[in-house]
Amino acid sequence: MDLYNFFIDLFTDYTTQTIGLGTAVLGLMSGVLGVYAILRKQSLLGDAVAHSALPGIALAFLLTGTKNTLFIFAGAAFAGWLATFWIGAIIKNTRIKSDAALAIVLSVFFGFGLVLLTFIQRIENANQAGLETYLFGQAATLLQQDVITMAMIALFSLIVVVLLWKEFKLFSFDEQYAKTLGFNTRFLDFAINTLIVLAIVIGLQTVGVILMSALLIAPAAAARQWTNRLSGVVVLSALFGILSGVVGTGISSVGNNLSTGPVIVLVSIVIVLISFVFAPGRGWLAKLIGKQKNRQSLAVSKLLEGLYQTCITHQNVKHQHSLNIIKALPGYNKKTLLTLKNDGLIDFTTETEWCLTDKGLFMAKKHSGNGGAN
Amino acid sequence: MSKLAIEINDLTVAYNYKPVLWDIDLEVPEGVMMAIVGPNGAGKSTLIKGILEIVKPLAGEVKLLGQPYHKVRTQIGYVPQKGSVDWDFPTTVKDVVLMGTYGKLGWIKRPGSKEKALADKAIEKVGLSDFSKRQISQLSGGQQQRVFLARALVQEADVYFMDEPFQGVDVTTEKAIVNILKELKNTGKTVIVVHHDLQTVTEYFDWVTFLNVRRIASGPVNKIFNNLNLELTYGSKFALTD
Repeated sequence: MDLYNFFIDLFTDYTTQTIGLGTAVLGLMSGVLGVYAILRKQSLLGDAVAHSALPGIALAFLLTGTKNTLFIFAGAAFAGWLATFWIGAIIKNTRIKSDAALAIVLSVFFGFGLVLLTFIQRIENANQAGLETYLFGQAATLLQQDVITMAMIALFSLIVVVLLWKEFKLFSFDEQYAKTLGFNTRFLDFAINTLIVLAIVIGLQTVGVILMSALLIAPAAAARQWTNRLSGVVVLSALFGILSGVVGTGISSVGNNLSTGPVIVLVSIVIVLISFVFAPGRGWLAKLIGKQKNRQSLAVSKLLEGLYQTCITHQNVKHQHSLNIIKALPGYNKKTLLTLKNDGLIDFTTETEWCLTDKGLFMAKKHSGNGGAN
Repeated sequence: MSKLAIEINDLTVAYNYKPVLWDIDLEVPEGVMMAIVGPNGAGKSTLIKGILEIVKPLAGEVKLLGQPYHKVRTQIGYVPQKGSVDWDFPTTVKDVVLMGTYGKLGWIKRPGSKEKALADKAIEKVGLSDFSKRQISQLSGGQQQRVFLARALVQEADVYFMDEPFQGVDVTTEKAIVNILKELKNTGKTVIVVHHDLQTVTEYFDWVTFLNVRRIASGPVNKIFNNLNLELTYGSKFALTD
């Protein structure tokens, strides 16, 4: 199957549709919530939550004996939430800083999860196979029922984000001010954290615990490059998330069933790279061009000032000077000279003789009057 | 005696084990413009945060306009320190100023045309009309400070608390801000400002509180702003130079 056929299948084949829809839903959800994770400077919290979900998944399986998505989700969400709570408690009540607290909780939970996984592999249960796919995720295991569950969770989360749009914005920007205005910031913190945990949980089956946080952060980081409005960032991040999910699944199904999670994450990273290089305003290229333009325009001013200083040493300011003088002046290059000529500031009476025009003299005088500032 | 804007009894605040404010008693009448002065670490910001219930006090009681804070919340405006937020947040000047209306709007309800008109008026007042749609990271420090001031103005409060509103602001902007604050005072509002520049205290304010973990002195500037209180607050070698 090639990529073209995948997109055909997306509209015709039932299994492909299910999987495509599933990855789109989780891309959308993590795209939206990732924005808040980034704006609250909690990008690493997502990673801790994702890794910490593993023991929850294993325990849910051990307790129920099935791989029913709802139980697995509940177990993962509970463990993820417990990790968030502990990280917060450690930061608040000890002298351990947030990065260390994240690392401690993440490794304890993840280690415990791995122990439980190996334990499960030893016991006799026909159902046990495939639980380890939660490490790296496997889109092929998505069933219609799973996608419906994911879609319901995503719909609920989006409704909350829309209803509490103003509160989430205020709280993410200025928590203390939100508190003085009378908003229950503990509740808002709880609400955003819960939604982020949910966004991670619904992606675990497809992307896996190890890489899920990348899908949370990458679309939001990319979207931030393109727009300065929160609504713009959220919508764009959602689109990038969907794109990563669907294209990633497509590539993985084409490429001899490459592991879906890593491929989805790689696609999202490509979007980040493109955004970091090409985004107008904040992008690397735009900054480089802006810097270059700025240098060039400063060089033009510098050259004009030099010409003016040369001219006013003569009683007749229209005295013709030879071209070699220009070449020795600071700011001279072919482009700056051409700019001055095209702007009508300098006049060439012969190939090698020049003087400033009246306009050139006026502009130069103005420039030197305010110290060369433009 | 006129009504009290602020009434504090035995306020004690500690971060971890270190007391930042110790047994503060303070009474501030309505309609004054008051500076809170004191050295670094004296607890000036913490005093404001304690009054506004941003930090939880160890002990003590605070009344604003005769009532606990949560009862008069919509009558209180707040300008936090400029450095307390990330100015790269994806939002515009007008959007930030509109946040000042959120308190009266309450949960879920969005700002409408009435709130937007209020925001425009406040933005005009602080001289940022041309920057209304600009992303907030593309502002100078002084402009950012004025955005926070405008946000507090749309709260239409009776008592304003401002945490170093002149920090990183040039002389022209400082005078412009002072004029707005004096205008507030002239319409009967109470303005409380954490202030660093001792040279301008007598020029800007009519009331002053000296603070250094404990309350040193509080009262009208012309009665208590003297070398004795300055020495008690800043240390024995300190004296006003002019």
